Amino acid sequence: MSIFVDSDTRLCVSGITGREGTFHAMNNRRYGTEVVAGVTPGKEGQDVEGVPVFNTFAKAVAETGANTAMVFVPPRFAADSILEAADAGISLVVCITEGIPAHDELRVYTHLQRSGDVRLVGPNCPGILSPGKANVGIIPASFFKEGNVGVVSRSGTLTYQIGNELAQRGFGNSSIVGIGGDPVPGSSFIDVIAEFEADPQTELIVMSGEIGGSAEEEAAEYIAANVSKPVVGYIAGFTAPPGKTMGHAGAIVSGSQGTAVAKAEALEAKGVRVGRTPTQVADIAVEILGG
Amino acid sequence: MDLLEYQGKQLFARHGVPVPRGGYAATVEEALDVADGIGYPVVVKAQVQIGGRGKAGGIKVAQDRDEAREHCEAILGMDIRGLTVHELWLEEASDIASEYYASFVFDRSAKATLAMLSTKGGMDIEAVAEEDPTAIAKLHIDPLLGFQDFHARRLCFEAGVDADVVRGVTVLLGRLYEAYEQEEAMLVEVNPLIVTGDRQVAALDAKVTLDDNALFRHEENAEMRNVSAEDPQEVMAKERGLTYVKLDGDIGILGNGAGLVMSTLDVVAQAGGAPANFLDAGGGSKAEAITSAVEVILSDPKVKAVLFNIFGGITRCDEVARGLITAFEQIKPTVPFVVRLDGTNDKEGRALLAEANLANVHTVATMDEAASKVVEVAR
Repeated sequence: MSIFVDSDTRLCVSGITGREGTFHAMNNRRYGTEVVAGVTPGKEGQDVEGVPVFNTFAKAVAETGANTAMVFVPPRFAADSILEAADAGISLVVCITEGIPAHDELRVYTHLQRSGDVRLVGPNCPGILSPGKANVGIIPASFFKEGNVGVVSRSGTLTYQIGNELAQRGFGNSSIVGIGGDPVPGSSFIDVIAEFEADPQTELIVMSGEIGGSAEEEAAEYIAANVSKPVVGYIAGFTAPPGKTMGHAGAIVSGSQGTAVAKAEALEAKGVRVGRTPTQVADIAVEILGG
Repeated sequence: MDLLEYQGKQLFARHGVPVPRGGYAATVEEALDVADGIGYPVVVKAQVQIGGRGKAGGIKVAQDRDEAREHCEAILGMDIRGLTVHELWLEEASDIASEYYASFVFDRSAKATLAMLSTKGGMDIEAVAEEDPTAIAKLHIDPLLGFQDFHARRLCFEAGVDADVVRGVTVLLGRLYEAYEQEEAMLVEVNPLIVTGDRQVAALDAKVTLDDNALFRHEENAEMRNVSAEDPQEVMAKERGLTYVKLDGDIGILGNGAGLVMSTLDVVAQAGGAPANFLDAGGGSKAEAITSAVEVILSDPKVKAVLFNIFGGITRCDEVARGLITAFEQIKPTVPFVVRLDGTNDKEGRALLAEANLANVHTVATMDEAASKVVEVAR
């Protein structure tokens, strides 16, 4: 098992004819992900290295049975593309696009919550990798192998850093999920941790957070009440000054809210061990699961 | 992006939020012309992005032209908590009967916009919230429904707004929400929202934060960026498409990806160092971006050593190495560099660096080692 993406994933890529879209769609296909369609308005009838391109998600889904979407279009088109995929009956939308306006994200999030049966991961995320099964997004899969550690993170490269530290100690992963660094992520830590808790392959959950918002604090509460598997935490941004956005639109300490210290303390208060460096995260994983 | 008070008021005015009549000035002579146009008494207000301007002496009422000159001369060039005053806003003096507080803020935890209204305005709202939380009426707004008049009335009655101005405050709140939503703000705050002696309402101050990610569809707002108030290194980085935040220390930092860079700052701090900056070279950085980034980092004279922490995913380590080699040829840095390359094409990157044999560049294998090494060479 694994979560969200696996050998049943049938992927449709929005923005497949763009440079980045083509590059990563083909990377995902080489990894073994079934890439069944692409959507670029006005380019129906073309193909990208054999993957058929459609004008609309509705047609792409009808003709290919796509069940997962990856959104790679520029920020001004991304919210529309997510809504189109959801409207066409796609059940999982992974949005890689960075820089989507916050009010767009808020409207999309609210609409998807109400419609109920569509999961959005991202935006501004590296995607989801289930080693040995499927890769949807831009995570460099060669560093990861199949195993029992589930990883959920707000950051991309930091995920690779932590994943690599774990790999060097011999751990593999059930799934690696990047939820993204934006103010309104489609899926939260809680959403992903709940899936890992239910996934038989996952024996340890690593959550990597960062400054800004209160998602880590909320996850701490949730873990204490609902999660039986061990969880190891990491928080980036102890040295971040208040009021300055640290790269991710969501990574900003406002007033006394959202500091790394507050997040680490919230997690530790609920029994989640928090590594102070990526290396320490791997050390704790070794202690819990054995080297 | 944070707006100055006068920029916020101009934005409010575009949406019909009542604001006092006023004008902008950058010199004393300009200010006096504006003041003459408005008439006396007139209020002279320092335009800096920091709270507590009044207490610091940055807001003064002038009864006549001489007094206006005196105040303008005192305020222009004044230092308010580290910020120099270069700009003034002058406006008609208001006859204040009551001071309220109103705001709309993008509430990430609730994933909705939070509307707040209080009749205890004019002071620090966080202090009010602490002393008497019931004094602030709050409401979350459904983004698909928007802010309706009944929401505004409910806030007014809950907050205890004077009955005769409920209508006026309701209209003002509706327009304020329109400004918040249409201009794509993360925050609009009016403190104080005043009721005048003749029972009119107006925004006497304006605090506005706009969503940087939405500026592409608000050209007028994008032009308001207050470059003079920004740090020169930050402006330089922005022009080159790099994400750079200036910090107080002396160790320059470059990494790829916001999370990894934040983590690098932390690890350096734990090793006893003080980072000089946050610099995210971004995913898929090409050699030119790296060269450009080195230039930005070294433009800060405090930097005594530089740490490169790269975990290559889309970013290729050989590209990073090439960028660094070019930077050494062009800029000839005199401070030591510590370089950690891991991930995509790391072997090729390290080989390029070894071949170039750059003076004062230390290559290390792990992030922890890199942090200790850079702290050591910065001493």
